Amino acid sequence: MSEQAPVLALVDVSKSFGAVRALRGVRLELYAGEVHALAGENGAGKSTLVKTFAGVHRPDSGRILLGGEPVVFNSPADAQRAGVAVIYQEPTLFPDLSVAENIFMGRQPRSALGRIDRKTMHAKAAELFRRLGVALDPRRPAKGLSIADQQVVEIAKAISRDAKVLIMDEPTAALTGQETARLFNVVEALKAQGCALLFISHRLEEIFLICQRVTTLRDGAWIASERIEELDEDKLVNRMVGRDLDELYPKQDVTPGEVALKVSRLTREGTFTDVSFEVRRGEIVALAGLVGAGRTEVARAIFGIDRWDAGSVEVAGSPLKNSSPTAAMAAGVALVPEDRRQQGLVMEMSIERNLGLTRLKALSKGPFISRAAEHANAADWAVRLQLKYGKATDHVGVLSGGNQQKVVLAKWLATDPSVLIVDEPTRGIDVGTKAEVHRLLSELAAQGLAVLMISSDLPEVIGMADRVLVMHEGRITAEIPRAAATEESIMSAATGRPGKEAA
Amino acid sequence: MTAVSTAPAPPAPVRDKDGLFDKVLRARELTIAAGLILLVVATTIANPRFLSAQGVEDIFLNASILTLLAVGQTLVVITRNIDLSVGSVVGLVAFVTGKLVTDGHSLTLAIVVGLVIGTVCGLINGLLVSFCRVPALVVTLGMLYVIKGIDYYIAEGQQINAANVPQGLLDLGSGGFLGVPYLPVIAVAIMFVVGYYLRAYPSGREFYAIGSNPEAARLAGVPISKRVLTAYVVNGLLAGVAGVLWLARFGTVVADNAAGWELTVVSAVVVGGVAIVGGVGTVWGAALGALLLTTIGSVLVVLKVNSFWQDALTGLLLLLAISADRLVSLRVARTLRKRSAAHHGS
Repeated sequence: MSEQAPVLALVDVSKSFGAVRALRGVRLELYAGEVHALAGENGAGKSTLVKTFAGVHRPDSGRILLGGEPVVFNSPADAQRAGVAVIYQEPTLFPDLSVAENIFMGRQPRSALGRIDRKTMHAKAAELFRRLGVALDPRRPAKGLSIADQQVVEIAKAISRDAKVLIMDEPTAALTGQETARLFNVVEALKAQGCALLFISHRLEEIFLICQRVTTLRDGAWIASERIEELDEDKLVNRMVGRDLDELYPKQDVTPGEVALKVSRLTREGTFTDVSFEVRRGEIVALAGLVGAGRTEVARAIFGIDRWDAGSVEVAGSPLKNSSPTAAMAAGVALVPEDRRQQGLVMEMSIERNLGLTRLKALSKGPFISRAAEHANAADWAVRLQLKYGKATDHVGVLSGGNQQKVVLAKWLATDPSVLIVDEPTRGIDVGTKAEVHRLLSELAAQGLAVLMISSDLPEVIGMADRVLVMHEGRITAEIPRAAATEESIMSAATGRPGKEAA
Repeated sequence: MTAVSTAPAPPAPVRDKDGLFDKVLRARELTIAAGLILLVVATTIANPRFLSAQGVEDIFLNASILTLLAVGQTLVVITRNIDLSVGSVVGLVAFVTGKLVTDGHSLTLAIVVGLVIGTVCGLINGLLVSFCRVPALVVTLGMLYVIKGIDYYIAEGQQINAANVPQGLLDLGSGGFLGVPYLPVIAVAIMFVVGYYLRAYPSGREFYAIGSNPEAARLAGVPISKRVLTAYVVNGLLAGVAGVLWLARFGTVVADNAAGWELTVVSAVVVGGVAIVGGVGTVWGAALGALLLTTIGSVLVVLKVNSFWQDALTGLLLLLAISADRLVSLRVARTLRKRSAAHHGS
């Protein structure tokens, strides 16, 4: 099979975003009738590679070969015309349009005079859903679909294109076991039809189940491309990580103090149900689970951004008011959100301004903000967190991802919280800074802060948490102590399979 | 994980039985229609002369120009943009067309020039918004003042007198065929063409796609710049048509004729159920919105209420419409959330 020319290939492709080198000399070859896995940690450059194939990014150097011939994809439309279909990590649907229109946008079946033939379109969509074995009404709007159903629509969209190359960026992240099995049936069928597939997943067992070849990336660089028979899970992890794990997760041993955060039977209809747990002073408790399991939503409800329908939250013994971030902040809760660019920072403001945002009262003299106090505050935190920056008056947007995250952390630590909730604290951060963020979290916990850490990064969860809570479809399905936390025990609870270690 | 050899038999599709969304969308148009009927009935009871043939014809004549502009504006707003320059465009086109016919140029030439002016204004707006990526609010606000300035410069304080406008054009504005006035016929015809295009043609659906989720539209290969440009050009052309019809209807024209109309148009569109954030709405709704606002104006005159109240009422209606949209969408989101939760639980 390897004698034939690859359907689609990358040759020595590099791509930078500002100072960040997302891809460095990466090569990858996709063959017809083969499922190719792309492995690597978060931030290794997998999504950038996908977007290069999809025509979203143009490589700075290197070439894309289509059937052996060099091509240039100037836009997603170019890639689509060349037969490349992509299912992105986050579904890209039109909420106001019907499911069928979402699938066939731009390629609707036509009747006389070029009009849309709605009847045929709905029938075709229904046929696609039957092939996928799902019950979805093609006429309903995409608004309000669950993540899994949105993913199904994306897959239907890709299949309907009769694509030669299908790229799937973590398609199983939000799917249940049954939905995943259904997806793999489709993958097998497409493979048998001679389609070339690229499959990205953090679940190693999935890679070994359906893939024939694996390419590994690490920090944007190409590490290896091998046939699956030459690998086992340990070897693959070694390729992906390739460094000393102890250094990256400097967790200090602590003796937990009194309960700082107590969540009892918290429920928000349709999002999470009956969530109860405690976080003690000095503890780092990880909230693990798949994307869409409801982890971020729980954090938002605790902090008062979303209303909860039933249950209660107590901070240091006193109940917290429903849906009031001001009350949560006053009670000593701090939330470092998942998306720091959108929710954590004001990108156009200076570093010192951002650092001072949560303490405007303390930094003011009378009605005015004191520039001197703001400056001193910023200098103080910059030293404490080893922030790397040019001038404190620079826009926060010029900082690297890791340093931006430190600014967000400092901003909230400045409020002197007793409970710190961090949502994906190291997503998209380079390895060095990642270790610094981890050390910081560990030190803070040792000083008596209660930390609730939401993370999809399993090594991070295992390396940093004193206890691991696992969520699946809006419920906590397992509480695993540090000693028993393994990828298997967490993943089995996260996918809703009864695991032997799940307590 | 076990590989299953055959896909499990799919359960019967869960049909959106009560057609929740269709209902919500239609509900808006039906509510406006019902409100309109209620308004007319109540006013007729208070003053029976309101429903006289002349009264009805006046409402339709007055609503026609607003409807044309609302149809164009709908195209733009659906793509998550806005055009605030239409009032100035109507004013400029009406004056220039009037000046040309007064100066003795042929009627055809005058009309063509008017339509070209409208189209060019739309083209400039569209190019700046779609290719230079300047926010639509700023571009069209700027154009509002630029075009107004040009209009004042050309007008030099003069006005066009109905006496100098050819009778043929004036007939178009107030006359009709077999008792049916031309203006509403033109407006309705254009509304149908645009409405049908938006509903039945693939490229028409792309306007909705762009407004609904621009990023997804880009990834789906929708030619966003081209569609947004088209929306502005068509809106400009329709503003040109509205300008010519303005001259035909009123005959006497000064420079700042349609000043402030852009806001009435946007109000009509939003009241008619076109979401200001794009992706949702129909030209039928927008046209109903235009008819409702016009009717309110006439009602106030008939009921001898000070016409200043018209602005306040328009504003109130706008706030009501936006609040209703927000409430309904929260309600719908909640219902869908519960439903999909129940679906997953089973």
